[in-house]
Amino acid sequence: MTIDMSQFYQVFFDETAEHLAQMESLLVGLDISSPNLDDLNAIFRAAHSIKGGSGTFGFTDMTEVTHILENLLDRLRKEEIPLRDEMVDAFLQAGDILKAQLDAHQNGGDVDPETIREVCERLKRLAVGESAPASPPTSPESAALELPGSSQHFEITYTPDAATATDPDRLNNLYAELGRLGQLEIIDTAGAEKKLRLATTADENEIRDIFSFIAEPDQFGIVGEVAQAPSSTTEEDDGYGFFTDDLPAVEEADPGYGFFAPMDEIQAQKEEQQGYGFFDEPPAPEPAAKVEPKPETTPPAAAKYGRRENDKVGTVASTAESSIRVSVEKVDQLINLVGELVITQAMLAQTASKVDPVVFEQLLDGMGQLERNTRDLQESVMSIRMMPISFVFSRFPRVVRELANKLNKQVELKTLGEGTELDKGLIEKLADPLTHLIRNSLDHGIEEPEQRISQGKDPKGTITLSAAHQGGNIVIEVSDDGAGLNREKILAKAAEKGLPVADNISDQDVWQLIFAPGFSTAAVVTDVSGRGVGMDVVKRNIHEMGGRVEIGSALGVGTRMTIRLPLTLAILDGMSIGVGNEVYILPLTFIVESLQPAAADIKTVAGQGRVVQVRGEYLPLIALHQVFNITPKISEPHNGILVLLETEGKKIALFVDELLGQHQVVIKSMESNYRKVPGVSGATIMGDGKVALILDIGALVHIAQS
Amino acid sequence: MQEEQKSSGSTQELLTFTLGGEEYGLDILKVQEIRGYDAVTAIANTPEFIRGVINLRGIIVPIVDMRIKFNLGHAEYNELTVVIILNVAGRVIGMVVDGVSDVISLSADQVKPAPEFGSAIDTKYVMGLGTVDDRMLILVDIEKLMTSRDMELVESVSE
Repeated sequence: MTIDMSQFYQVFFDETAEHLAQMESLLVGLDISSPNLDDLNAIFRAAHSIKGGSGTFGFTDMTEVTHILENLLDRLRKEEIPLRDEMVDAFLQAGDILKAQLDAHQNGGDVDPETIREVCERLKRLAVGESAPASPPTSPESAALELPGSSQHFEITYTPDAATATDPDRLNNLYAELGRLGQLEIIDTAGAEKKLRLATTADENEIRDIFSFIAEPDQFGIVGEVAQAPSSTTEEDDGYGFFTDDLPAVEEADPGYGFFAPMDEIQAQKEEQQGYGFFDEPPAPEPAAKVEPKPETTPPAAAKYGRRENDKVGTVASTAESSIRVSVEKVDQLINLVGELVITQAMLAQTASKVDPVVFEQLLDGMGQLERNTRDLQESVMSIRMMPISFVFSRFPRVVRELANKLNKQVELKTLGEGTELDKGLIEKLADPLTHLIRNSLDHGIEEPEQRISQGKDPKGTITLSAAHQGGNIVIEVSDDGAGLNREKILAKAAEKGLPVADNISDQDVWQLIFAPGFSTAAVVTDVSGRGVGMDVVKRNIHEMGGRVEIGSALGVGTRMTIRLPLTLAILDGMSIGVGNEVYILPLTFIVESLQPAAADIKTVAGQGRVVQVRGEYLPLIALHQVFNITPKISEPHNGILVLLETEGKKIALFVDELLGQHQVVIKSMESNYRKVPGVSGATIMGDGKVALILDIGALVHIAQS
Repeated sequence: MQEEQKSSGSTQELLTFTLGGEEYGLDILKVQEIRGYDAVTAIANTPEFIRGVINLRGIIVPIVDMRIKFNLGHAEYNELTVVIILNVAGRVIGMVVDGVSDVISLSADQVKPAPEFGSAIDTKYVMGLGTVDDRMLILVDIEKLMTSRDMELVESVSE
C-alpha cells in the first residue's frame, strides 16, 4: 500500500512559505560588506529544508532551484567567495521563483520556465564567477536543469580485478546498485576498463560507497560533470574559463581513451532528442545584462542596508519552536463558542439581576466569578488569532530596497513596534494598502539625493513604519522626511479634475483630496506609481476593515499617513440603539456625538430632504425608521435622539428613538446563511439571545446622498 | 434523482409536512432539526415571506415562511408553529410550515411524475408525487427550491 503523500502537502506548503519568508528577511538584513555567518548559515538551512522537503514530495522543479541556490550559499558560508549585493538580488529573485513554484503546486498554474532558467543561470554564474579553481560541488547546476530529478552527471571508470571481471553476476550487481542511484548508462564494457555514466542526485561519496564493496580505491575513478562539457562554451563566453581549466585536467588523468569527443556527441544528441535545446542558445548575454545596471548603485546600496538593529529574526525562530500549527477554522470555531458563552453568561446575569441579592448571595457570587472567567477566556481566545505585525512589516525592507535602487534614491526604512499584535485577518488585508503607501512615500515623498542635499537634508531619506496600540485601536503610521504634500499642486489638480473645492479649505481637507479616484500629483507616471492602484483603493481597503486613514503633511518636512484600525474583525465596539421594537448596533468608531435637537434646528430642503443644524453646520438627517420601513416609537426628531456619524469625511445625522447602551459585540456574518442585506454590515447576538443587525454606516451615508 | 431511484428500486426517507391542506415531503437528510418559532429579527426591505433572522446557537439563520410564500394556510405564529431547520447547499435555513406530520419511507414505485400545477408551485422544484395509503405527497427538491431565485435567500442562484 502506498501512502498518499498529498495529505502532508499542506504542511510542506506552510513550512516552505515560512522558510522562504525567513530567508527573505535574513537576506534583506544582511550586511553586504561583512555578512554575519550565523545568518548565512540560517539562510542555507532554510534553503536546505526547502530542498529536502520538495525532494520528498516530488516537487523536483523546486529541488533544482534550491539546489543551485544552496551551492552558492554553501560557498558563501564557507567564505570561499565574498558576498556581493547582486548575489542578494539573485537570492531574492530565486526566492520569488520558489514562491511562484510553491504557489503553482498549491493552486495549480505554471511558472515561466524562462524566468527560472534566467535566475538559475545567474546564480550559477555568481557561484562560479570568482572561482577559477572550482571545486566539484559548485558546478552541477546545468545538469540539474537538463534532467529533471537528476542533478549531476558522473563519468565512472572501473577496472575490475580478475575475479570480478570474469564474473558477470558481480558486474551486473554493481550496475544494478549504481542504477538505483539514478540513470546509469553503460558506455563501454568491452575493454579491461569499464566506462559508465551516471546521472544522479546522489553525490560522489555515495557512488564510492557502492564501489567500496567490490573494489579498491585505485581500481575506479569518478569524475563529476564531464557530461556538461557542451555548457563550457556558454561559460567561456563569460570569460570565466572555468571548464576550460577543468577539462584538460580530466583528460590528463585519463589520457588516450578518446573518451570525451564521443561523449559530447552523445550528450548533444540526447539533448536534441529531448528537445531541451538548452545549451544551443547562448543564454549568457541576457542574464548578464540584467546584472549590468547594478554596479553604480551597488556601493551606496551596500552601505545603505546595514543590518537593522532588531532581533526580529531571532524572535521568528524562537516562536516557531514553541508554537503549534492550527487551522484557522478550528480557531474560528473556538472563538464562536466563546462568543456563545459570553452571550449565555450575559443572559444569566440579566436573569440573576432580578433575584433577591440576600437570598441568592452565593448564586450572585458565582455569577460574578463566571463573568470574570468568561471575560478572561474571551480575551485569551481572541489572542490566538493575534499575530505580530512584523508579518507584514517584514516584507517592506525588500520593497524599499528594490524601489530605492530603481528610483536612484537613498532610503532607510525604520520599523517600530513590530511586536504589536493584531488579528490575522487584518494582517493579510493590510499588506496591500501599506505597500502602496510605502511606494508612494518613496516615489513622491523622498526626493533625489542631490535635491535633498541642496535643501540641507541628509541625502539619505528615512521612511518610518510604526505600529502601536492606542486604546481599542491599532495605529499604523507610514511617515517620510521627504518633500511633503504640495497644497497648491493638489488644489490645481483638483480644479483640473473638476472636484468641488472651497477656497478656504483646510489643509486636512486638501490632503483628503488625494484619496479621490484617479488622483495623482505625480508629474511623470513612473512604473512605480503608475500601477493603477490609487490612494482611493488604499482608502477603500482600510474602510473595509473598519478603519480610517489620516494624513499629516508639511511642505519640505515630510508626510505622515496614519491608519487606525480596530484590533480585530471579530469584535466591534458598538452602540445599541432602539427604533420601534428593533435594536440595531452602530459601530462606535463612526459615532461623533449624540444629541437631542431643538425643533427649530430641523429644516427641510425642497420640502423633502431634512437637515439639522449643528453648530452652524447643516447635516443631512436620515430617519432610520424610514430607511428600514419600521414603525418608530417617536416620529419627530426633536423628541428622539440624533446620532452624528462620520465616514469618509462626510457627516450625517441619524434619527433614532433611543440609545440603549454600549457593548462589545461579536460580529456574525449574515452572508454565511443568507445574503448581503443593504445597509447592514453584519449581525450580532444580544444578551437576551436575540439577533441585532449591525448597521453599515457607509451605506447609510450613501442613502443620504442619493 | 427520480430515475435513479426507479432503476435501483431503493426507498427514500422523507419528512412530511403540511401547508394548508396539502402534504409535502422532503429528503430527511436535508433536515437538521425541528424547533418552535422564536422571536425573529426582521430585516428591512425584504419580501414578506422572509421573516428575518434568528440566533441558532450562535449562527444567524434566515427564516422563510412557506405559508406566505405559497399563499397557503394562515401565517399565524403561536407556540405550536413549527420551524424546520434545513441544511441545504452548505447553508442553514429555517422554514416555517403549518405542521410536521411524520417520517415515511417511500419506494421508487410509489412516486409518480408531477403534472403541471399551475401557479401555486413551480413544477421544477417538484420531484414527483408520492402515494402513501390514500394520501398524496408532493415531493419537493428542497435544495433547488431554497437556492432558487424566487426565494431570494442566496445571492448566487443555482438556476
